[in-house]
Amino acid sequence: MQDFIQHLINGISLGSIYALIALGYTMVYGILQMINFAHADVYMIGAFTAYYTAKWMGLENSPGLSTLFILLFSAMFVCSLLGLAIERFAYRPLRNSPKLNVLITAIGVSLFLEFTGQVVFGADPKVFPEVMKDFVISSFGGIDLKSSDVTVLGVSLVAMVLLNFIVQKTKMGRAMRAVSTNAPVASMLGVNTNRIISFTFIVGSSLAAIGSILVGMKYPKIDPLMGMMIGMKAFVAAVLGGIGNIQGAVLGALIMGLSEEMVVAYISSTYRDALAFGILIVILIIKPTGLFGKYAVEKV
Amino acid sequence: MSANLLEVKNITMQFGGLKAVDSLSFSIPKGQLAGLIGPNGAGKTTVFNILTGVYQPTKGEILLNNENLVGKKTYQISDLGMTRTFQNIRLFKNLTVLENVLIATHQHISYGHLDSILLTNKYKKQETEMHNKAIELLKIFHLESKAHEKASSLPYGEQRKLEIVRAMATDPCLILLDEPAAGMNHSETHHLMETIAKIRQDFKLTILLIEHDMKLVMGICENITVLDHGVKIDEGPAKKIQISEKVIQAYLGVEA
Amino acid sequence: MINTFKAPVLTMIVLLIIGIALDLGLNAYIQLMVLYAIINAILAMSLNLVSGYTGQFSLGHAGFMAIGAYVSAYFSTRFPFFAGLGIIFTTVGGGLLAAFAGWLVGLPSLRLKGDYLAIVTLGFGEIIRVALLNMNALGGARGISGIPSFPSFLISYSYACAWAVICFFVIWRLVKSSHGRGFLSVREDEIAAQAMGINTTQMKVHAFVISSFFAGIAGAIFSHITNYISPSTFTFLLSVNVVIMVVLGGMGSMTGSITAAIFITAMPELLRSLQDITGIDLRMVIYSLLLIFVMILRPKGLFGESEITDVWRKYVRKSA
Repeated sequence: MQDFIQHLINGISLGSIYALIALGYTMVYGILQMINFAHADVYMIGAFTAYYTAKWMGLENSPGLSTLFILLFSAMFVCSLLGLAIERFAYRPLRNSPKLNVLITAIGVSLFLEFTGQVVFGADPKVFPEVMKDFVISSFGGIDLKSSDVTVLGVSLVAMVLLNFIVQKTKMGRAMRAVSTNAPVASMLGVNTNRIISFTFIVGSSLAAIGSILVGMKYPKIDPLMGMMIGMKAFVAAVLGGIGNIQGAVLGALIMGLSEEMVVAYISSTYRDALAFGILIVILIIKPTGLFGKYAVEKV
Repeated sequence: MSANLLEVKNITMQFGGLKAVDSLSFSIPKGQLAGLIGPNGAGKTTVFNILTGVYQPTKGEILLNNENLVGKKTYQISDLGMTRTFQNIRLFKNLTVLENVLIATHQHISYGHLDSILLTNKYKKQETEMHNKAIELLKIFHLESKAHEKASSLPYGEQRKLEIVRAMATDPCLILLDEPAAGMNHSETHHLMETIAKIRQDFKLTILLIEHDMKLVMGICENITVLDHGVKIDEGPAKKIQISEKVIQAYLGVEA
Repeated sequence: MINTFKAPVLTMIVLLIIGIALDLGLNAYIQLMVLYAIINAILAMSLNLVSGYTGQFSLGHAGFMAIGAYVSAYFSTRFPFFAGLGIIFTTVGGGLLAAFAGWLVGLPSLRLKGDYLAIVTLGFGEIIRVALLNMNALGGARGISGIPSFPSFLISYSYACAWAVICFFVIWRLVKSSHGRGFLSVREDEIAAQAMGINTTQMKVHAFVISSFFAGIAGAIFSHITNYISPSTFTFLLSVNVVIMVVLGGMGSMTGSITAAIFITAMPELLRSLQDITGIDLRMVIYSLLLIFVMILRPKGLFGESEITDVWRKYVRKSA
């Protein structure tokens, strides 16, 4: 039983990280109806930004709250810029092109980031600096509540609450929802769609950056291809929840994190990655719109 | 057993909470040139979509030659003899005029993959047949000189004509024309009227058309069904509809 | 009957003559590149059928290639009969099994549109790879080694060319037929196609199955040229590579696919001098930039939807 609760905690921890990344996918899909293949690689850049920031500021061996904040902000800053640049230069020119073209371009950007990363950072993995000291906060009946888990959960929660606030309660958020529902009409009503789209990319990339720091805390090995697998899983989470739907992305991510943890714990770890694909195929065949998605009827 | 070509019985189309079409019934005898009119948003194109299997009606029956169409897929309904044109032109833009028409003849092809790969006589014979048939159809609409041009390069009026030619190439018994005169000026509309009457006669077709151009509708339709908010509010010959209180109210609104 | 075989046979003869010249003139490394180029051409042409002509974006081509490679490698290594002329059987067998997989994948997936279909095919490609990784009977992560090769370059070249010619003419003629127009109509406007009596789902499945068949064939030939295969060969990256070829060449152009296949195969060599100077392997970086620029600046690729004969006609007419 204790093992089960431990796995539960791990699963939720994992799921929250997936959520941070999944939100980026779902928001961009909601607003542009495109799959931002490069999102996971922006996440990767976040991790490396933090790595190099720590290196250059000599923070490698000083874990603590200030280190956490410095790394968070540097990663978020760089990732936001990167996200903006990608949208502006790779996606915006194709705003009116067939969806397939955008998808291919997104794949191109993703590959570009991965391989440039390999050239610039070197293909072998690096060790992420220790951001916060990992200690056991409390132990009850054989279950350890680690500080890293608490940090992960805490930071994710804060990020998601902030996001929810932005989307539901601010003018920007309202504009985002408007553009998501009907871009041409929103534009006619005075919304600067380009600015909203840029804002969406900034938010999504920032969340990915946060995710990368949290991942770095839990799994300190980073390499230029680290985005691939987690990107796939986060994307499946977004689809599971209903792509374009924010609450769905969070729920989907939690399900993904929990099921992955349980499969590894109770069935076999070989299928850890294949599970994501399996879930994806099942959803797309049974209910492509996901848990919360709406079925869009094509106008004839 | 009905003598009518098309029998629509009590079809209802519900999208969530919205009833786009409510208990609609009408029938079209063989060879008739019928019209379906109503203000914008009345549900006319929805009816076309239901008839051609794009939407499945929540309730009701559709009989074509006494065969129930509900549950059948669009291509099956086309095989059974009902085809359509589209409100917003849906030509195969990057393909040539001729290819657009040839695609519609596909259901009459009986050769298989192997025949096309091995270039058998069966293949060559049927290809020639279909080619000739397509060219003949294009000639009727004076489009044969543009056979090898891209469909998207045609002027608007000819694109509309091409859609009709393409529909006819399926060898239908019933054609649904969705606003065939949209965007046309007076002389083009007049020409279209003549063409529609001609193909009805020469090819023994039954035609149901949606139109906003009243001159066209009153000019050639023998029977008109009027829809408003998904409900049939009147039907009958042109003379009756022209003076119908209900129809005038639906279009112009009730006087305060 | 003569008509059926005239063009393919003539093409084969021309290719054979080129092959003899290559055999005499080039070193073994370049000869290997030539063989890879032919295999890539088959992969590109087959993906072009499903993505370029039928408009169904598939990101899982590597999976079908893997099936063909593994089936033929398995039989060639376990049963010596298949090592000789029997390779024809294993190649066809690999193709058929890949086609069957294409059918299995296609049936549920082809209801989905654009993005979703791309992701599902990606998923299936990965599932095939992971499944092979975990199948110890097929070597697991170590793969299958010691796959018998062809006795000489000329023979492997001829075998590969024969299949490339078959692939080309099958797809070329299919596309010219009514079924081919059906494929095109699915790409252009599915709803209109259905209204004109085209069973679009069947069209998509057919295109998918035929495409997967030839991907399997390519895989089978590949395994007998490299003599060693493992799941790590058949990654998503390989699928993307084929997509790059099709996009670069022009979606909907056979000549485009072939040209791009040759170009992409030769590119590492062309870039080698750059690599020697800078000491960095920038090939994939350049690949990805190429993809982005082509999509933004010239989405139609090299040939768009036309073939070299159309381009020729256009220029000849211009100068006349």
